[in-house]
Amino acid sequence: MKNKLDLYALTWRMPVIVWQLLFFVGPLLFMIAMSFFLVKNYRMEEAFEMKNWIKMTSRGYFWDAYLYTVFLASLSTVVTSLLAFPAAYGLAFKVSESTRRWAIFLLIIPFFTSYLVRTFSWYVILAESGVANAMLAYIGLGPFKMLNTIFGSIVGYLTLTFPLVIILQTLSLSNIDRSLIEAAQNLGAGRLKTLWSVTIPSAKVGLIIGAVFCFILSFGDFVAPYYLGGSKPPTLPILIIDTTKAGQQWPRAAVVAVVMMLTLMTVAYTAISLAYRKRR
Amino acid sequence: MNTDRLIRWAIWLYLLVVFVFVFTPIITSVIFSFNSDRFPTVPLGSFTTKWYQTVISDPDFWKAVRTSLLVSVCSGVLATLIGFCTAYTDFRYQFRFKGAYIALALLPPTIPLIILALAMLAWLSKIGASGQVWSIIIAHTVLCAPFAMGVIRLRLQQMDPDLESAAWNLGASEWSAMKNVVLPFAKPALVSAFCLTMAVSFDEFTVSWFVSGLNKTIPVAILEVLQGTVDPQINAIGTFVFFTSMTLVIIAQLIFTARTNRSS
Repeated sequence: MKNKLDLYALTWRMPVIVWQLLFFVGPLLFMIAMSFFLVKNYRMEEAFEMKNWIKMTSRGYFWDAYLYTVFLASLSTVVTSLLAFPAAYGLAFKVSESTRRWAIFLLIIPFFTSYLVRTFSWYVILAESGVANAMLAYIGLGPFKMLNTIFGSIVGYLTLTFPLVIILQTLSLSNIDRSLIEAAQNLGAGRLKTLWSVTIPSAKVGLIIGAVFCFILSFGDFVAPYYLGGSKPPTLPILIIDTTKAGQQWPRAAVVAVVMMLTLMTVAYTAISLAYRKRR
Repeated sequence: MNTDRLIRWAIWLYLLVVFVFVFTPIITSVIFSFNSDRFPTVPLGSFTTKWYQTVISDPDFWKAVRTSLLVSVCSGVLATLIGFCTAYTDFRYQFRFKGAYIALALLPPTIPLIILALAMLAWLSKIGASGQVWSIIIAHTVLCAPFAMGVIRLRLQQMDPDLESAAWNLGASEWSAMKNVVLPFAKPALVSAFCLTMAVSFDEFTVSWFVSGLNKTIPVAILEVLQGTVDPQINAIGTFVFFTSMTLVIIAQLIFTARTNRSS
């Protein structure tokens, strides 16, 4: 293989570098810098002051929002992972190869299909006099308050993350070496024992990556907690929107965004080192 | 064994529930778009197309459609081009810092959209490029390129690396080997990547909402209506959005899997 760095090689290598530096790394670095800027008379001034950081981190509502967002995203991750597992397990082990392919085909569609409109649909379904309560009333239950609750937020997060997490779990489970599972069963391990000490550990990396993506998506989403969760208290993404759109306080919004990025990096790093840690 | 059958049945039932949950919002939205009642609930009212008529006669809707199509086609093309270049580089070359190179290319989807939205808004304003249609195109290309790269990279994976060297040995230059060997081989993945990235761009609303200024795309228009009230028009627009993006994603998948199976 020719491997020298000539015009031909550079033609293919450079576009992504140039584009990402200009429009991906550039914006992110500028946003970090912006968290130290000042706003005077509704105009942003480039500076290097800790004012925004002190202002934001000394406010109770910021930490309320922070803890609530971490709580919601964690809850969403646990619920989604647990609900996805039986489905992924079934798709990986209990259906034919072609059924599995079709199922993944079908799950990819909603992942790329307007999350916003799907959430609006849930809003209508879960409303006080919506479809869900009307159906529950047929069997003599309800009405339940589903909108503006944690339940509502979780339905929204599931709408966003469920297909992706099922796909990632299915892929990692179906890549397990089947002979490992058979060996465990031949050695007399029961179903649950096999599941717990062979199947889950072997698919650990994929399961954790699914959970990390679920956490990132939930943590950064504003639609579910706003429209279905009622935004009381607001989450960090909602705080960013309010601060940017209503208050014109871009530097303060940048503080929130930087805190979010640091949190996500910590979570992802911890989870991934957990995933690749050797079992003793 | 009996327990085995029971487990199998339970799993099938569970899968059914999962798929019902996943597709419920899409189906409900389509049904209610033809429902006459102002507030969508059961029992249904009568069949009507009035929501569609209202939407179709609204010039703002057509303006949003034009913006959305322009944005998604342009970002789709740019993302596919950049994705191809990156996928080919990854396939063909080994070099120092390749890990960092790949990370740079693939990282955008792991950053929450709300953060990218703020960062893009600030940066594009700084360089005097915010509030334009092409501001959205620039931002969407960043978001979409990794998906294009993934799809094209998977396709190149199936190409025998010796195919290209064979062309060189027969006297073809690198450029003509690219044109006559690599590109024809990658073509289905390019189409597939274009459809997929176009769908991603067509549906994206957070970044668009921040950087678009007055040039609303369809999802941004929906977002702004939602902040007011429950408006049944949303179901009609939503059905249009679902139909468009589902078609694109299905085409992307069909082209990709058809070619993949044939060549393997």
